[in-house]
Amino acid sequence: MPIVDLSQTALRELNRSLHLLTPDTDETRWRVLNPRGQHAVAVGVDAPVVIEVEGHVGYYCAGMNKQATVIVNGNAGQGVAENMMSGQVHVRGDASQAAGATGCGGLLVIDGNASARCGISMKGIDIVVKGSVGHLSAFMAQAGNLVVLGDAGEALGDSIYEADLFVCGEVKSLGADCIEKPLEDSHKLTLRGLLEAAGATADVDAFRRYGSARTLYNFHVDNIGSY
Amino acid sequence: MCGIVGLFLKDETLAPRLGELLTGMLSTMCDRGPDSAGFAVYGSEEPGTLKLTLRSAQAGEIVDLIARVAGALDITLPHAAHDTHVVVSVPQAHVDYFLLEVAKSPAVHMVGSGRCLVHNGSLSNHNAVRRDLIRKGLTFQTENDSEVAAGFVTAKMQEGLSLQQAMTASLKALDGFYTFVVGTESGFSVLRDPIACKPAVMAETDRWVAFGTEYRALVNLPSVDDARVWEPMPAKVYVWERH
Repeated sequence: MPIVDLSQTALRELNRSLHLLTPDTDETRWRVLNPRGQHAVAVGVDAPVVIEVEGHVGYYCAGMNKQATVIVNGNAGQGVAENMMSGQVHVRGDASQAAGATGCGGLLVIDGNASARCGISMKGIDIVVKGSVGHLSAFMAQAGNLVVLGDAGEALGDSIYEADLFVCGEVKSLGADCIEKPLEDSHKLTLRGLLEAAGATADVDAFRRYGSARTLYNFHVDNIGSY
Repeated sequence: MCGIVGLFLKDETLAPRLGELLTGMLSTMCDRGPDSAGFAVYGSEEPGTLKLTLRSAQAGEIVDLIARVAGALDITLPHAAHDTHVVVSVPQAHVDYFLLEVAKSPAVHMVGSGRCLVHNGSLSNHNAVRRDLIRKGLTFQTENDSEVAAGFVTAKMQEGLSLQQAMTASLKALDGFYTFVVGTESGFSVLRDPIACKPAVMAETDRWVAFGTEYRALVNLPSVDDARVWEPMPAKVYVWERH
């Protein structure tokens, strides 16, 4: 099991080693020590390995992640798991802004709180936040699921496309074209699966579902005069 | 994008390390770009001290000036790789000697009220606010938006508002995106605009409070691993004061 101490080894070397991994690698468990807020830790990984980071990371940790499981035993700066394609990222502390930004797949779990713009422009990623999320979360969210066990800040789901949002706590306000929608059995099934995958305990019936009213991103012939 | 840092010492016994700690914090920010970097150091105003600004057009030029000032006064001055701007208090007794030594340099001037604002972001209504402040009697040396924010806070405090009230007033008066970190003789304040696009992180122990654009800037502060680490909320004025 490779152990890389970032107080001794350059981050560039760690990332290069991770990028050289092949799908059949034997080095399937990595530990990274002393990240001390460095940016872009474990970005661009494309291998089915587990990387455990001991400490707080800076911006863009696990960006563009594919196949790997990245665990941060600390807080993550902005853009954690941005553009994730597949795999899993688990932040044991809090996450800063734009967590999971523009992610296409995989699962992002945040044990603490996420701040503003969580899941901005998400494109298929699933995000489970056990704490609360900040304002403008799921802004322009296209696809995927955002599950929040705590509260959501102002303007949730502003200009949302087809992502599904599930919030257990209070929603401060909804953004443009975002409305509450019925929580049906299919949604409860999805929700149950996500909560289990995230190791979160909550009653699915306690959630409310939010999504697009579909009046903003669809053309209406009545508006033809505006074009 | 600018990187800003701030450090407020609750425990005065840390004061001798202020320069060292702040230098470390600011040095990590220098990775963000070589244009300019600077310090302002404030403390309890001792009688017989003056506050001086050292300024240079280019990063690197000021190092010689700092060395000469420090040498002339027999003190250590903090400095980082890309310094263009440093504000320090010097004992008045040394001033005549100091001014003789660096009289030819255009890079030194005395500042009146002890207040400093650093800003990450960009204001949009600063020209209108500047005109208003000029009418109130303030003078400006640049077209810069951050100078307007500093002037606004100064004007409010001159009208009798506290640091907290002045910062709260700026939420309505200033338009744009910003993270402000303000230092005064006895206070320290942090404010993010309501949209809060610019990154910000804070850490606090019972000995100090620190702000950084990146957590990386805070990692060498004493007992940082035990600190409370959090992200300041948008549109919320944070103030710490020395009493």
